[in-house]
Amino acid sequence: MTAFFRWLAGLPPLAQIPIIIVAFGVVIGLILFFVEVAPRSGRGYTVMRLAVAVVVPAALVLILGVYNSAVWLVGLAAVLGGVLFLLDYRSRQGKGYVLQLVAFMAPALILVAIGLFYPVIRTFVAAFLSNDGSHFVGFNNFAYVFSGGSQGLVALINQLVWVLIAPIIATAIGLAYAVFIDKSRGEKVLKVFVFMPVAISFVGASIIFKFFYDYQQGAQIGLLNQIVVWFGGQPVNWLQSSPLNDALLIIILIWTQTGFAMVLLSAAIKGIPDEQQEAAELDGANAFQRFRNVTIPGIRPTIIVTWITISIVSLKIYDIIAATTQGSNNTSVLSYQMVRLFENLPPQTGTSSAEALLLFVLILPFLIFNANNIRKQRLGL
Amino acid sequence: VIASDVDTRSARKLAAATRKKETNAFKNSKNRLTSPAATIAAIVIAVVWTIPTFGLFVTSFRPPADINTSGWWTVFTKPDLTISNYIQTLNFNDTITVGQSFINSLVITIPATIFPIVIAALAAYGFAWVNFKGKDALFIGVFSLQVVPIQVALVPLLSLFSSGLTIGNWAVFPGLDLNGLDGSFARVWIAHTMFALPLAIFLLHNFIAAIPSDIMEAARVDGAGHGQIFLRIVLPLSMPAIASFAILQFLWVWNDLLVATIFTSGGNFPITKLLTDLSGTYGQSWYLLSAGSFLAIIIPLVVFFALQRFFVRGLLAGATKG
Repeated sequence: MTAFFRWLAGLPPLAQIPIIIVAFGVVIGLILFFVEVAPRSGRGYTVMRLAVAVVVPAALVLILGVYNSAVWLVGLAAVLGGVLFLLDYRSRQGKGYVLQLVAFMAPALILVAIGLFYPVIRTFVAAFLSNDGSHFVGFNNFAYVFSGGSQGLVALINQLVWVLIAPIIATAIGLAYAVFIDKSRGEKVLKVFVFMPVAISFVGASIIFKFFYDYQQGAQIGLLNQIVVWFGGQPVNWLQSSPLNDALLIIILIWTQTGFAMVLLSAAIKGIPDEQQEAAELDGANAFQRFRNVTIPGIRPTIIVTWITISIVSLKIYDIIAATTQGSNNTSVLSYQMVRLFENLPPQTGTSSAEALLLFVLILPFLIFNANNIRKQRLGL
Repeated sequence: VIASDVDTRSARKLAAATRKKETNAFKNSKNRLTSPAATIAAIVIAVVWTIPTFGLFVTSFRPPADINTSGWWTVFTKPDLTISNYIQTLNFNDTITVGQSFINSLVITIPATIFPIVIAALAAYGFAWVNFKGKDALFIGVFSLQVVPIQVALVPLLSLFSSGLTIGNWAVFPGLDLNGLDGSFARVWIAHTMFALPLAIFLLHNFIAAIPSDIMEAARVDGAGHGQIFLRIVLPLSMPAIASFAILQFLWVWNDLLVATIFTSGGNFPITKLLTDLSGTYGQSWYLLSAGSFLAIIIPLVVFFALQRFFVRGLLAGATKG
């Protein structure tokens, strides 16, 4: 596989697209072909199933590459494949059933296991090892993160500020906007203005706002400072004045996420039956009372989901800091700093992993909430 | 016969009258729900939301000398616009040109959108239509991984790609050996595919599980196996869901910075990464940054405006059901 990728790397970039897609298509085609013919009966098909079950895992190990000291893994893969064949052969749902299932699920599950599950476990372990990973250091990495010497504590506090402020404000403005424009003329056009930032990258948004916040000696080219000047004030170097700079960076996130909140909440508002609004109106409720007693209860689940989704985004934020202050002047957050620590030479893997673990702890409540939610949903199905 | 005819006619009249009354009531409530104050507030928000983008957009068309000496709002009194910023920016060289990084973005994004969709569709079909023990637990487990910050996974994944796997003193997997190979996008494709799978499986599963089982049964009776059913029935029927996710994933990969920072090197930087670097080193060269930003924004905006319907549907499915 490495050889294939190396050959591919030598080609012009645009030529790589069709080749890799065709190669991928061939692999998927083979999987589907196998799935199609696997359950057929007859000696030939049985032999084919056995051959595929034994050869494919072994070949996979070989293709991925394996050191000489671990060559027996190829044999192990083949034996496991054989066991799978036996399981399949004796399966109650008929021959080929188990193998089909494996063919459908294995590509995704293997990738998720390698790409997400294994790394999370590794990060957990690395958080308790020294920076070069050679020996166990207990909680020293965490102590270092919390000590005054590193920016870790600042980053943690900032991250909390981000996750507490941005989701609430973005959801609130999004909700207000959705209510204001609901059923008004030109609703679609008004939606686009606020929704457009959702399609813009955080990097693009950051540069847009960096320009908005720009500070110069003499004549101003940043609108914010110009407004200050128009009102007779002194221009401020916004991004260097802590703690104001934090708030200004959070505004960038709010700017991008409000449209997202607005679209979700607007859809939910349209889901409330008109009769409820009319009934409340007949009872003499004014607009605000109707909003509080009809709209809000009707869309509460969506409000929570919106708030949680934006909270998770705030806990993953990296691009905004990277494209603006790069963590200077006390603007760093854990999710940015841990990547920087890892990029250091030599990489501070231990400290970086400890910060990753802290981040994971922050996200854990959301993870549990989501898992619970979906479990309920599946039981309901 | 006549009686019944009269009956239907009067019934129709009645229905029409009610309908009229309803539209009137609806119109009234509509008028009262959106008061002038609310409309004004909405317009203010819309304007505030658009001004920063508009400012940089105007700036990208002004001569560099003007940009740094006067604000973009002066353009209304003395307009002087040019597109030379864009031409200069496309050819601006910082290890690679901005134009090349634009192509790199395409090369990264297209495969990284297709791969996870196909792999996730396979798994989603497995989750939806093949029964096995522990299915629900596995599904919840996969979905839960979706909220894990990518940051947590980056370090071990990079070391797995570049230096392989060694447990203790026992070397197992030699890694992909693509370090410093500037033309290779393999690592970034694989990384994006892996990170996209949990959400992709979830969204596609919701849709695929809702396909009526009669259709599947009919195909099975006609002698189609799972392979044919997947290819000929499931894939075509789930096109709306696939389109929605494809747009989400396309925008997400195109706009990504973090995965690109870790898994690309100088020669294959996408435009987001190059822009971030330029913003650090040429922070005051606004002719460059403004034009560069809008070059990077063009593709997402085109996708967004052309396929808005699917995009919104994808967002709704992804968020409200999660």
